[in-house]
Amino acid sequence: MSTRIFGEPIPRREDPRLLSGQGRYLDDLGHGALAAAFVRSPHAHARIVDIDVSDALEVEGLVAIYTHEDLPGQVGHPLPLLIPHPTLTQARTPYPLAKDEVNHVGEAIVMVVATDRYLAEDACQRIRVDYDFLPPVVGIEQSRAADLLVHDDVPDNVSAHMLQEVGDAPAAIDAAPHRLHLDLDIERSASMPMEGKGVYARWDADDRSLRVYTSTQASTSVRAAIAARLGLPLDRVEVVAPDVGGGFGVKIMHPWPEEVLVPWASITLGREVTWAEDRREHFVSSAHERAQQHQVDVGFDDDGRLLGLDVTFWHDNGAYTPYGIIVPIVTSTQLLGPYKPGAYRVEFFSLYTNTVLVTPYRGAGRPQGCFVMERTMDAIAAYLGLDRTTVRERNFIQPEEMPYDHGLVFQDGRPLVYDSGDYPATLEKLKKLVGWDEFEVFREQARADGRRVGIGIGCYVEGTGPGPYEGGFVKVETDGTVIVATGLTSQGQGHQTAFAQVVAEELGVPVDKVVVTTGDTRRFKYAVGTFASRAAVMSGNAVALATRKVREKALRIAGDALEADPADLEIVDGVVQVKGTPGATIPLSTVAVLSNPLRYAFDEETKRATQFAAPADVDKPPIEEGGEPGLEATAYYSPPRSTFANGMHAAIVETDPETAEIKILRYCVVHDCGTLINPRIVEGQIHGGVAQGVGGALYERMVYDESGQLLNASYMDFLMPYATEVPNIEIDHLETPSPLNPLGLKGAGEAGVIPGSAVLSSAIEDAEGIRITRMPISPSELYHLRQKESTTR
Amino acid sequence: MTAAEQRHEVRLTVNGVPRRAVVPARRLLSDFLRHDLRLTGTHVGCEHGVCGACTVLVDGRAMRSCLQFAVSVDGAEVTTVEGCLRPDGSLGPVQQAFQDCHGLQCGFCTPGFVTTITAYLDDRPDDHPDPNAEEAREAIAGNLCRCTGYQNIVAAVQRAAEIRRADRAEASQ
Amino acid sequence: MKPAPFAYHRPDSVDEALQVLAELGADGKVLAGGQSLVPLLNMRLAAPTALVDINRLDQLAYVRIEESGVRVGATARHADVERDEATYDALPLLRQALTHVAHPTIRNRGTTVGSLVHADPSGEMTAVLALLGGSVEIRTAAATRTVAAADFFLGPLESAVGAGELAASAHFPLPEGNAGTAWVEVARRHGDYAICGVGALVTLDDDLRVAAARAAYISVDATPVVRDLTDAVAGQPHDAADWAAAGALAAGELDPEADIHATAAYRRHLAAVLTARAQRAAATHAEQR
Repeated sequence: MSTRIFGEPIPRREDPRLLSGQGRYLDDLGHGALAAAFVRSPHAHARIVDIDVSDALEVEGLVAIYTHEDLPGQVGHPLPLLIPHPTLTQARTPYPLAKDEVNHVGEAIVMVVATDRYLAEDACQRIRVDYDFLPPVVGIEQSRAADLLVHDDVPDNVSAHMLQEVGDAPAAIDAAPHRLHLDLDIERSASMPMEGKGVYARWDADDRSLRVYTSTQASTSVRAAIAARLGLPLDRVEVVAPDVGGGFGVKIMHPWPEEVLVPWASITLGREVTWAEDRREHFVSSAHERAQQHQVDVGFDDDGRLLGLDVTFWHDNGAYTPYGIIVPIVTSTQLLGPYKPGAYRVEFFSLYTNTVLVTPYRGAGRPQGCFVMERTMDAIAAYLGLDRTTVRERNFIQPEEMPYDHGLVFQDGRPLVYDSGDYPATLEKLKKLVGWDEFEVFREQARADGRRVGIGIGCYVEGTGPGPYEGGFVKVETDGTVIVATGLTSQGQGHQTAFAQVVAEELGVPVDKVVVTTGDTRRFKYAVGTFASRAAVMSGNAVALATRKVREKALRIAGDALEADPADLEIVDGVVQVKGTPGATIPLSTVAVLSNPLRYAFDEETKRATQFAAPADVDKPPIEEGGEPGLEATAYYSPPRSTFANGMHAAIVETDPETAEIKILRYCVVHDCGTLINPRIVEGQIHGGVAQGVGGALYERMVYDESGQLLNASYMDFLMPYATEVPNIEIDHLETPSPLNPLGLKGAGEAGVIPGSAVLSSAIEDAEGIRITRMPISPSELYHLRQKESTTR
Repeated sequence: MTAAEQRHEVRLTVNGVPRRAVVPARRLLSDFLRHDLRLTGTHVGCEHGVCGACTVLVDGRAMRSCLQFAVSVDGAEVTTVEGCLRPDGSLGPVQQAFQDCHGLQCGFCTPGFVTTITAYLDDRPDDHPDPNAEEAREAIAGNLCRCTGYQNIVAAVQRAAEIRRADRAEASQ
Repeated sequence: MKPAPFAYHRPDSVDEALQVLAELGADGKVLAGGQSLVPLLNMRLAAPTALVDINRLDQLAYVRIEESGVRVGATARHADVERDEATYDALPLLRQALTHVAHPTIRNRGTTVGSLVHADPSGEMTAVLALLGGSVEIRTAAATRTVAAADFFLGPLESAVGAGELAASAHFPLPEGNAGTAWVEVARRHGDYAICGVGALVTLDDDLRVAAARAAYISVDATPVVRDLTDAVAGQPHDAADWAAAGALAAGELDPEADIHATAAYRRHLAAVLTARAQRAAATHAEQR
């Protein structure tokens, strides 16, 4: 029996290529293509009066200039609303090129195509746009005040207003022995992958077909959108996600204006056209997330048990809502974490502002929800004088209460029902890992040295692996190679390795025989995309199901060849054998040959499948009734609802009593994402998530001034952590398999980032003895909190 | 029409191979490597010198290729990530260490780390034969990665040093 | 983010460079390491008509110990200055400060003289030159002039180097007496421009009491600021001086501005705290030398 490959921390299959400079990211393609660049609005809110391109026409190498007026029919129409929702009554989506009005700095107005990017930018610089300025709406407070409107026809700047209730929370809170009110804010950040977006289109005029490469998290859906916009038959459009240099959510949004415009220009010009977003463009014309203001009213008993929780929050959705209101819906449902809230009422307003639009960034509303709930837990503990972990423990959903139905509707439109999880066990592991009960000793030692330290905790539950479905295609080639394809895309999650592990384990072949392709509509046409920690759950199970079908077929064909009952066969290292009978074997490669009855051989091996090669039952058709040639299968996995991973983080911080600098001394993670396919990849996902959590808590924010200018649209001033800002991360796993899917998987992609602000605010509060109610926090802000505290004491 | 830009011949030795192209003075070294020489392993993440994805070795020192013009380094020896392989084409010590330690995810920033670490380990060999975790972290402190949280890259720096020590021990036998 | 076109000149000698600069006048911009200039060009925040690339001027790629101090040529990289052991022995402050200049990869290309000419009030080397009372040698085809640090930094990103001129070298004088130095700063991330940075120079008398104390600051004003703090600590033992008083004295005279990373009040507070830390470290350094 070969050793298990599922669950092993094997090195990644994609690494040698990426490490030797042989990766192919978007801008590595199309060296001969024309380059596009855009004139983007320098103003947050303005009417376009005139566009004068005459100066730009002088630029040598200029090929074309397009404004909204040049875009025919559907091409120029507002981009689609991807996820409609009944409460999103005032959805607004942007035009690919602005028509009459711009609503944020960075909105595309003019597209320039030239022989290279340098020249395209030269032309952009020579284009004059005249504006009538309109007053901008910047920030949640100004939007709430609604003295000014982003869109004239959207009253109060409210795109959506949603309310969910379980029980009568206000009554429960009124009747509770203890009540607290909290105001809690989170600022804007962004996914900020190292590779920006990019699109490269090739129109084949003879074949009337279009191939588009785009740095996306959803190639099948981009394909559908392009075909619809450009009026092409779907089967004439291919969309390929090449190597993608990180996504973290921003590339699930689609179609971006450029995903429509670049292919359209390619067709119109009959030339290859490419556009690689530069960093400044990415800051002002992609998407941001996170900004929300929350008000919490909570009622609880003497033990700290929740009796009623009433949360109202205001979500900044930026200038447009093409992705719908997924982020605030996620916050409103996922803030409950591992707890039973008693009666629960949650209400949110999604608000327009004249800033970059908001779509999910890793965590997608969960970091805000976790921050709100965990700050509330800490506040209750402080109020009652209880240990913070005690209050949490008392409110946990218990393992025996699973599946647990919150009575709410989740972001996938399905009931919010937790499938499994052992929260007390997770907490126990975390306390041990970080040394929670011994911390006071450390604090005293540190205090004696004049140092100030604190410990914090954050718990979360994350709905992962939402539907509707993903599919997998598995084929054994006649040389024994196993070809696997799934439609969702990869941005560094190691799918080529993890899915190969699933297939190798299910089929019984060496993992290095398995070749996985993702995100290429030429290979697999039906898919949803990579988001919401769903790839392993969805495509992992889909390829497992497809592999099982292939295995069954292989055993049937091998049974015929070996004259054995398929039930007595096994596949080990790519060879089908009769269990316990050495010698009776047939390689899978040969089974693949036999699976495809041939008239014409094409090499030595395939002679075996031709009509005179072996005696056959002449009364049976060469392919059995209902069968298909080839040792291949396609299968789909479509779950009834999301599966719920969970985790708990703890951090120990030190704050400098003089400079207010904040240093993370330890960061501990206990994580339960069900069965692990490859622990090394899962740990890598957690590391990266935690780094983004640290960034969001201590460093990163989008700073807009009152005129709607983004003041820190560069890596100089948007402070993504370097290695020196990220702590060493200590991880322990718990594996509670999901009962919802064949492999027992739960998603892991977003987990690491979720509790960052919750944990670090908790630790800083513990170190300082000052309430922390908004994140991120900088040393300058901590200094001022200290000043305020010392004057009010 | 604007006047055609003056073009300059640029000759570089890239990964040991003499290369030349005729380009405008404003062609960034990063674009020159990627688009004129089609060595696309060098990546461009910010074009303002902060992220480090475009780092290459110029005459043995790690530098940002987005912050210099190709014409300005005419005549230099340049090493890119493609040149960090072993002579037989297998992964070099730093690259091997990244795979061993799962030091990459999307791989976009990785070439800049590989070149930076190669320079660090090669630069003053007596100084960095065996960096501790803190030194390893410091060595990569000028490169941004959005995927890994750096922990496995720190491990890869130490692992790369270990592979190099083994290589040297073997070579000296 | 691609630079606008420019005419390119790459002189092979200093004389040729001076000639080209003279011809170009206000249209010419010197390109040294380019680590500050090229980002501005890429973002098209600057678009000079012509660049004069001085990277071929190997004769200016020196770090030289002179009797009175350390002289750094225009094409010496930060890394050359930082790593030069003789320079460190003679004037440790250069390395003390240079290790805070961005990251090693930037220091491998960026030049020390270039960073002075760039005159970024957050640039460490501006304050080092100011603290030591150094100077910059500025040349034209016709003449050479030496401009003292106090007159060199005119405003943010504005130095005394005019059109047609080349900053050929910078001179960092050795402090007199039993002097110690230190550099301390707080930045948001390792390698970022400091929110506040302090260079300290403390001179001790024969009894190891403070004879003189000075500090220079970055990121608190439009140009580097130098403060004499001797009054707060004169005559006090090096290991028990009232450095906090020195910090308070310094901070009281500073009027920093707010930006997106820090308020003015926090900057002033940091100036006080970091002054004390830097002075204490410099005093210890003096005692140990």
